[in-house]
Amino acid sequence: MSQPTIAVPTPKRPQGVDRTQLRWPLGFTVAAVVVVVFYGFILPFLVPGVRGWVQDWLPISEINVALIWAMSALGLNIVVGYAGLLDLGYVAFWALGGYTTAWLMSDFGFGGKVNFNIFGSPGAASTTGIHLNLVLVFLAAAGVCALFGVIIGAPTLRLRSDYLALVTLGFGEIIPQIFRNGDEDGLGFNLTNATLGIGPIDSMTFVRINRGDVVVGKLNVFDHVGRFILFSLLTALIIFVSLRLRQGRLGRAWLAIREDELAASAMGVPLMRAKLAAYAVGAIAGGIGGVAYALHLGRMLPDPFTFAVSITLLAMVVLGGMGNVWGVLLGALMISWFNSTGLPQIGDSFNSAFGTNVNFPSFNFLIFGGVLVLMMLFRREGLLPESRTRLVLHEGEAGDTQAEEPEQELVDETTVKSGDVK
Amino acid sequence: MSENPTTVGQPALQADDISVIFGGLVAVNKVSFTVPEQSIVSLIGPNGAGKTTFFNVLTGLYPAERGGQVALGGRDVTGLAPHKIASLGLARTFQNIRLFNLMTAEENVKVAMHSHLKAGVFGTVIRAPWQRREEREAHDFALELLKFVGIGKSAYEYARNLSYGDQRRLEVARALALKPKVLLLDEPTAGMNPRESAEFVDFVHRVRDERKVSVLLIEHDMSVVMRVSERITVLDRGEKIAEGTADEVRTNPRVVEAYLGSAANDNHVTIDDGEEAGS
Repeated sequence: MSQPTIAVPTPKRPQGVDRTQLRWPLGFTVAAVVVVVFYGFILPFLVPGVRGWVQDWLPISEINVALIWAMSALGLNIVVGYAGLLDLGYVAFWALGGYTTAWLMSDFGFGGKVNFNIFGSPGAASTTGIHLNLVLVFLAAAGVCALFGVIIGAPTLRLRSDYLALVTLGFGEIIPQIFRNGDEDGLGFNLTNATLGIGPIDSMTFVRINRGDVVVGKLNVFDHVGRFILFSLLTALIIFVSLRLRQGRLGRAWLAIREDELAASAMGVPLMRAKLAAYAVGAIAGGIGGVAYALHLGRMLPDPFTFAVSITLLAMVVLGGMGNVWGVLLGALMISWFNSTGLPQIGDSFNSAFGTNVNFPSFNFLIFGGVLVLMMLFRREGLLPESRTRLVLHEGEAGDTQAEEPEQELVDETTVKSGDVK
Repeated sequence: MSENPTTVGQPALQADDISVIFGGLVAVNKVSFTVPEQSIVSLIGPNGAGKTTFFNVLTGLYPAERGGQVALGGRDVTGLAPHKIASLGLARTFQNIRLFNLMTAEENVKVAMHSHLKAGVFGTVIRAPWQRREEREAHDFALELLKFVGIGKSAYEYARNLSYGDQRRLEVARALALKPKVLLLDEPTAGMNPRESAEFVDFVHRVRDERKVSVLLIEHDMSVVMRVSERITVLDRGEKIAEGTADEVRTNPRVVEAYLGSAANDNHVTIDDGEEAGS
């Protein structure tokens, strides 16, 4: 075991990962600019037939929704894909981010009791409520979600896999329930206006250059292109943070925990701290998704925050490729589009073609479940898997049929005494 | 090493009155044990003697019961979490290799530097200059360690793709990345052929001399144990039954008895399979 080091030149560090880090912002920007130019400047001037087709099959509002899903899914990817902690209650952070926005950017002000404005953009007649600037709202939502990530994580992260998943499931139910019942009847004071929800949420302020003049104005509720710019920036930010963290000290610790918790702790990785960090960072991304959601809807209602959201997010991560941001992004965009636009449109086409009257969107979980089963049977690693995962899954499959030849060889070579090689 | 200066004159590792009780079973009973600074000592004993359990107390996986104490370089580490003990300078390898299989060899080693690195979330995200320097140094140190154990050319291979022997080396490199005072090797020659085992003896000496650590071995291959160890402690059924140099232990009647009269005979004592829980 000790031969003096032979003068073999150390191989160069593989550069693939680093290069994509340089390239992707360019591709992402190009894609975003294309969308903005197309929907903002070209689409209105197309012939009505084509315009109608695009608005039916790929409306910009649904692209925005898909980006909201993507932000949250990317956050969940940090928890599930990077650190390997199964979280079935991720919807809680989405709701928290959304309600933080509603509290800080509307006339609500906890029943009109609070009233102040920090660089906010209140409605014309607004005299009550908290109106913070959007930037501050993002910071606040990130802070609230990180805090709750730690609060939820601290007692639960000591649990292993299945138990952790169940407890997160519990939190994912509790927090939306609080929002759903958060009025005088439920809580004793008006926290969330219960099922009536909070709204309208202030419009975004934006700066526009109009023939050389700098114009400060409000974003129209229907200005989806304006929101698209913001949402794609946020998505890019989350991707950037995910990629950077992955390559650093914390990302290595997360991977190590995912691989072998006990060995990681024996190598000096503080399990609780690393897991809490994953939770907090993931929660922040979920919260940002929540803020975006609130901005998109212009109103916060408790109804959308169901268990199904957590499951859908998880499916986006798993189908797309756990641990790989590009896979997760693809999975989120695809599934979101399919749910909101693809399935109803396919259904309509089907119905009008065959004269039937099938309600396709009601089958979405059936189709979803079927796709998940097929994926798990034939492509467990997801659409765009992380290179590491692809490695192990494919060799595993080969091993089923051909007996793991390479490993066997090594064992023969090195083993004289039997029994110890496991 | 520089981060964990050993108090002068203190043994690298001292365990006093360590007991472990599983239900009603006393797995380890009041075992005391010392690893002098920069020494190579071995812990041997028949299957089920409590060696790995004892190891697990030292590394903090099991609590020491009945007032047992563990001190690392003069500092009491009893009851600390495993990662804390590890970062204070007690590194280990595992009986059945536990590498991070889907990480490269270099990444495996860098994981173990976690406690010596400082980069936080913010520094990592903005890739601050201090963080980049730290990463570069970690990278260089990882390559240095991989070269030291002889697998520098496989630095970017996934751990699972390394050969069995290389995986064992990688485990040692990873443990050394903690800059430990004491290196615990749990059956490091398991699965090696006699030639490799012989080379391993030199390797352990080289680790001790060049990395300035004390080495504590659990080992079944008596030829290795007798050649490499400066002191040997023998456990049987959770009790310490003998301690001393190789010759002293070899001739100790209680040891001979524990090993069914074949203390120095390789054939009867090298085969070990799936003993002791927890590893």
